[in-house]
Amino acid sequence: MKFTEEHEWLDVDGDLVVVGITEHASEQLGDIVFVEVPEVDTAVTKGDEVVVIESVKAASDILAPLDGEIVEVNEALEDNPGLVNEDPTGKGWFFKMKVEDMSALDDYMDEAEYKDFIA
Amino acid sequence: MPFTPTDYLPYDFANRRHIGPSPAEMAQMLEVLGVGSLDELIEQTVPESIRQAKPLDFGKPKSERGLLYEMRQVAKKNKVFTSMIGQGYHGTVTPPAIQRNILENPAWYTAYTPYQPEISQGRLEALLNYQTMITDLTGLDIANASLLDEATAAAEAMTMAQRVAKSKAMAFFVDENCHPQNIDVIKTRAAPLGIEVIVGGPDELDADEVFGAVFQYPGTYGHLRDFSAEMEALHAAKAVGIVIADPMALTLLKEPGAMGADIAVGSTQRFGVPLGFGGPHAAYMACRDSMKRSMPGRIVGVSIDSHGHPAYRLSLQTREQHIRREKATSNVCTAQALLAVMASFYAVFHGPEGLKAIAQRIHRKADRLARGLEAGGFKVEPEYFFDTITIDVGPMQGVIYNAALAEEINLRKIGDSRLGITVDETVRPGNLEAVWRAFGLNHSRDEFPADYHRIPPTMGRKSEYLTHPVFHMNRAETEMMRYMRRLADRDLALDRAMIPLGSCTMKLNSAAELMPISWPEFSEIHPFAPRDQVQGYCQMIDDLSEKLCEITGYDAMSMQPNSGAQGEYAGLLTIRAYHHSRGEDNRNVCLIPVSAHGTNPASAHMAGFKVVVVKSDDHGNIDLVDFRAKAEAAGENLAACMITYPSTHGVFEETVREVCAITHEFGGQVYLDGANLNAMVGLVKPGELGSDVSHLNLHKTFAIPHGGGGPGMGPIGVKAHLAPFLPGHATTGGREGPVSAAPYGSASILPISWAYVLMMGGTGLTNATKVAIMNANYIAKRLEGAYEVLFKGDQGRVAHECILDTRPYDESVHVSVDDIAKRLMDCGFHAPTMSWPVAGTLMVEPTESETKAELDRFCEAMLAIREEIAAIERGEMDAENNPLKNAPHTVQDLVNDWDRPYSREQGCFPPGAFRVDKYWPPVGRVDNVYGDRHLVCTCPPLEDYIDD
Repeated sequence: MKFTEEHEWLDVDGDLVVVGITEHASEQLGDIVFVEVPEVDTAVTKGDEVVVIESVKAASDILAPLDGEIVEVNEALEDNPGLVNEDPTGKGWFFKMKVEDMSALDDYMDEAEYKDFIA
Repeated sequence: MPFTPTDYLPYDFANRRHIGPSPAEMAQMLEVLGVGSLDELIEQTVPESIRQAKPLDFGKPKSERGLLYEMRQVAKKNKVFTSMIGQGYHGTVTPPAIQRNILENPAWYTAYTPYQPEISQGRLEALLNYQTMITDLTGLDIANASLLDEATAAAEAMTMAQRVAKSKAMAFFVDENCHPQNIDVIKTRAAPLGIEVIVGGPDELDADEVFGAVFQYPGTYGHLRDFSAEMEALHAAKAVGIVIADPMALTLLKEPGAMGADIAVGSTQRFGVPLGFGGPHAAYMACRDSMKRSMPGRIVGVSIDSHGHPAYRLSLQTREQHIRREKATSNVCTAQALLAVMASFYAVFHGPEGLKAIAQRIHRKADRLARGLEAGGFKVEPEYFFDTITIDVGPMQGVIYNAALAEEINLRKIGDSRLGITVDETVRPGNLEAVWRAFGLNHSRDEFPADYHRIPPTMGRKSEYLTHPVFHMNRAETEMMRYMRRLADRDLALDRAMIPLGSCTMKLNSAAELMPISWPEFSEIHPFAPRDQVQGYCQMIDDLSEKLCEITGYDAMSMQPNSGAQGEYAGLLTIRAYHHSRGEDNRNVCLIPVSAHGTNPASAHMAGFKVVVVKSDDHGNIDLVDFRAKAEAAGENLAACMITYPSTHGVFEETVREVCAITHEFGGQVYLDGANLNAMVGLVKPGELGSDVSHLNLHKTFAIPHGGGGPGMGPIGVKAHLAPFLPGHATTGGREGPVSAAPYGSASILPISWAYVLMMGGTGLTNATKVAIMNANYIAKRLEGAYEVLFKGDQGRVAHECILDTRPYDESVHVSVDDIAKRLMDCGFHAPTMSWPVAGTLMVEPTESETKAELDRFCEAMLAIREEIAAIERGEMDAENNPLKNAPHTVQDLVNDWDRPYSREQGCFPPGAFRVDKYWPPVGRVDNVYGDRHLVCTCPPLEDYIDD
């Protein structure tokens, strides 16, 4: 699993990359009440705002961590945004994307580095 | 016995009316502060370098009697004619019970925005009734709790359409049958955003070239058209369809939802809200469920409280500017709560049958009028109409128009040859005869019995509306009066206790100031009435403008903006137009300190500016080094900077002149946010500091009440070089477009500010500022040791507000700023501003209006709360089950089994709470998470309220 400075995690699932936010981020945001996931089959560029998360006290945009195409989104979040709090790195995932260049993942932090980053 | 004159002058009392502490109390307070005089305190607070050169002098202040006499003389210069102009404004009958129990009732008009839901349940229910009414009438899924006026609502709908449309087109279509002011305000809004506005007939719509389209229903010349085909075409092109609809017409006509519209907006003015020369009125907005998160403005929702009972709250707050800043859905920060409440009660009062009957009567009269004119040989257009007709009279236009004036009736001139006539609820049969006479026809009122052939059967309304029981209650006035009283009793407004909201300036709104707004000479004037009928308004507006210029050091004033945020937007548009006039279209960078109010970046974004954030130092002051660097980097692209003074942290920064100088050095203009003007009046003039434009919150500094969340008034003052670029209006001229529907915004509440200034006089206004500063410093001093006061000036003083740091208690024992705010409700107070401008703190602004006794009551409550925190810190009180975490305490808590490790007495009657006059919050703490996860924004079915 890789981590961004925006507190996203990236996990490789076959030829896809799964994206969500870290436990640290979900704690900081507090109770999440709404997640707007992108549409499937959208081409995105690294840095595009692809997800909007709202908690009671904050609203944040999640940026696409890589160039690629959104191929699957977590529709369960529509009815149950609390999944992001309950299981941020599991059932609380946001989307899966197809990435041309998997080596771009290497630019991101590994778990130890991320732990240092938030320490 | 010799006669001894008493040292008591009416104008002394006038000053005392607004100034809480008596001279004796003031002496005690100054002693606590360790100063010999009020002026000594001011010297320690307001730096000499920024003080204004000359004291304010408006001559002798007026007594109440003198003021009301003068007001009468001015009011008489307005002529109250029957206005059949239409164009979005209609005569209406305000039910006297609503006028007396709502409009003229301080329990309703002195309340603040319902951000603290537990003490705002009454107006939240009234606003939920409003949203339910709007959702029903428009046939859409969800409505907000009102917007500023119909034209700005239409402009908001346009930008909302752009946010939600999948179409990537950059053009927006506007039906040429929209009211002219709606088209104009849309154009103003579109220009800086790079949106191309296409105005044309509905048949000319090319859905593929636009992201959205707006249609007026009924049209400004009376046309009725079913827009279903247009909506279908727009949806095929992934564009958004908007209908501006008259809610009265919707009781008889097919609703926008049934046509497939995505968004509906309009004005609820004719639901019992007086014309008032243009406002304030509540506009509405409703949309499809799928678009709710893109809808601007406040939305009331239903959640549950700590007992699991239904409780209302404002939902979806995170879309707003205080969180999203320049990414906010809009800069709309206020609503027209009081007017929305009036409109909702109008619907409760009449019920669906009553509203339908009123609409039918209006239509019948319009029909009879048309048939009379047709019998006289005039050709009436359109063929089908609700309340508005137009007649082409060729060269007779002027003659007929003047003949109507002679009958004290205003018609609408359209082009060179047509006349428009609109019928409303107040039009009598005699008025119809008078119009006929103006057309040279001597018909009698009984000659033309009504039929309903002017509304085609295909356009008739098929669906039900206002089916909720609240619109079907017993309408005896007894019941109505008690319902309004019950709701008012649930709320904590200024008529009960101090509302020490930092930055919000909840000062007294005195009775004498408010009385004139109900006079017909002010309330029954159409905004587009001929100039000679509004001479009283003109005189008042001129004099008030002149005095506000004197107070602020500016040269010209525009009364158009309807709120502070709209003032910001208008001020930035003025700056933009100025740069463009000099060929410097490239100037688009706006510097904004990180500490600025969230509306600043949102407004800058709307004005087409790019926001560059400037750092603040540890004291909340602008970082001058960073400011200069950012200004230099922007260079010839620098458009403006936006600063707040005194700063949002409540400090008079000595560097303000330098900030202005740097901005000017690089060719930018200075926007000084007037939110904190209450700390400046009579002491400091923004114009003398080097600022070029400011908005003034008349609803804060100049005594207009907050109305429970609107109306507001945010006029802008500018230096002479910007005056030509102020907002214009089709009826009053000017080179720039309008930002509001009416030329003087919410003109009918201007008498309040004018009366305030006249009764205070220059000295009184200056004293108010000084006492506001004294009161804030008194609180800071009394709470010293218990709470740390952040951001003091060089000499240890705060300005007119102070920030109390409560973060240490969150860290030590998890007592949050929320817990303290809710506990203050038990003490009978509205909480101070929470978590702004610093997260986890309280900002307290007592204003000059509060007495020493009330300030002491507040301080005792705060000190007792600190002691409760200390008990938790010492381990004497449970960390979870304590009075802070369980606050607010309700009667329900009291009668339930008491399983708490503290007494009922301590829970319900903490220091500050009144014994006999105890205010009981009607609900326990409201669950925000539940509310936002289960969004319900219309009245829930009654069974939800049945206790289990």
